[in-house]
Amino acid sequence: MKYPLTIAAIALAALMSPAEAAALREGGDPLDSARWSEMQKTFLAGAPVVFDPRVKVIAPSTAENPMQVPVTVDASALPGVVEAVVFADFNPIVQVLRFFPESAPAFLGFRVKLQQSTPVRAAVRTADGVWHVGGTWVNTVGGGCTAPSAAGGSKEWQQRLNEVSGRQWSEGPNAGRLRMRIVHPMDTGLVAGTPAFFLEEINFADTAGKRLMRVQTYEPVSENPVFTLQRTSADGPVEATGRDNNGNAFKARIDQ
Amino acid sequence: MKRMLCALLMLVAGQLGAVDFDYRLSARPLAENVYAFIGKTEDFTTDNGGNIVNTAFIVAAQGVIVIDTGPSLRYGQQMRRAIAAVTAKPIALVINTHHHPDHFLGNQAFADVPIAALAETRNGIAADGNAFAENLYRMSGDWMKGTEVQLPGKTLSAGVVEVAGRSLRLVALDGHTGADLVIVDATSGVVFAGDLVFNGRAPTTPHADIAHWLKALDQLDVLTRESGFKLLVPGHGAPTTDAAPIRQTRAWLTWLSAALRDAAKAGLDMNDVLARPLPAEFASLPVAASEYRRSVGHLFPAAEQEALGVKP
Repeated sequence: MKYPLTIAAIALAALMSPAEAAALREGGDPLDSARWSEMQKTFLAGAPVVFDPRVKVIAPSTAENPMQVPVTVDASALPGVVEAVVFADFNPIVQVLRFFPESAPAFLGFRVKLQQSTPVRAAVRTADGVWHVGGTWVNTVGGGCTAPSAAGGSKEWQQRLNEVSGRQWSEGPNAGRLRMRIVHPMDTGLVAGTPAFFLEEINFADTAGKRLMRVQTYEPVSENPVFTLQRTSADGPVEATGRDNNGNAFKARIDQ
Repeated sequence: MKRMLCALLMLVAGQLGAVDFDYRLSARPLAENVYAFIGKTEDFTTDNGGNIVNTAFIVAAQGVIVIDTGPSLRYGQQMRRAIAAVTAKPIALVINTHHHPDHFLGNQAFADVPIAALAETRNGIAADGNAFAENLYRMSGDWMKGTEVQLPGKTLSAGVVEVAGRSLRLVALDGHTGADLVIVDATSGVVFAGDLVFNGRAPTTPHADIAHWLKALDQLDVLTRESGFKLLVPGHGAPTTDAAPIRQTRAWLTWLSAALRDAAKAGLDMNDVLARPLPAEFASLPVAASEYRRSVGHLFPAAEQEALGVKP
């Protein structure tokens, strides 16, 4: 089936190689999900949308552990990225996170809780207002969002809440990479007797105060979140700040 | 239309070909009065019904000692019939080597006789048994019909025990799970290693502590050097007269833990690690790719915490 390209897509196609342009599609969901139109209405209402192979969403096709499904969004091949929203069509809480790359490339690795097999997608908005969508199906046995966090079974997290550890790599094949882990139960509120308790905002900035990336996180992000960022150059320490939905703030320095 | 017909035919053929739910268990003699049922070196499927595990029995003077009961009620029942075809002696004792479902979900077929395991194995079955069974229903389908968790009622501890007139040495190790029982039958020289040893199949790691597992393999190695040693029965894969499967299991675990640690140190994230090809040495091992993928999920977070300097 063929779909007509919108004006936005035609304009884009003019800037791309023929192969890339041919891969751009508008209208037909390449993941063939029954919930796509609803997703489009919820997250991308009224704006032009193209399915774009330059938005790479990497995740295992079969997730061993539905509580910790690794997802990497890489839209660094797409110029002018302003915002990325990550969602999973069939999750009880659909929205996973949003990130706003400022001086860092549009690249973010993290882990999510999935309740059942679902597309995991990233919609990436460029400065011209067009949403570029990429995604992949993840099959899982489920239970990720309604299973209690490990923290629910112990009191240790209370002493370590918002404890940050992390590192940057300045050499080797992963030069420019930053990885950070935060102790947080990331409770979804879907487990009886445990209210929603999750990190809401994380900012990464260099020591001069220049922001690399802002991340808004939601309930489906996995317990004790681990984030992977890519800097254009590993230039000095990074300061990570943020807070959860109960107002608990954190601030940490990530050295090389 | 043609395509639909074709699909319909395939569906019917699949149904027909599929299943009489007969595991076709036949007792393989390992030594005098010692037998095993050797499973396939595959993952759980609706074709194999979970017959991917080795179970065994010893015909002792006053009765039969059963070692592990397989993945389902049907397996347990068919195993019991296959044992009865070999000996008319009653079952004296059933032993579960550890708390993984392919080793104890046949217990129901032995509900009328004593079933025993190490204390931590009993706790593990009580805590995780139902979740394990649910998962096997998903993977093996109708082969699991009627299967429910039957807890071992007796606790075993390490040392020499006398069962039905036979002397068994129970060696309590851990590493594959929190409690892994090795059974040495001195009379025959057969060592039942449980899932501490895999032969010709990549090891599984959902409850593994690799450092402990490697130590347990060293102890198993010692058992195979004892003068009376004749045969090593792994939890999965063919029995051997030497310690080769111990070396194979050790090589996989050593490589796996080093690879994950090095990857974390180099800044890789979980998807990067999953995308790495297996070394040639392991690539052709049955189920290597899927077990590697599962093991990354189980073991990489700990390697990552170490690399990121998480306080213990």
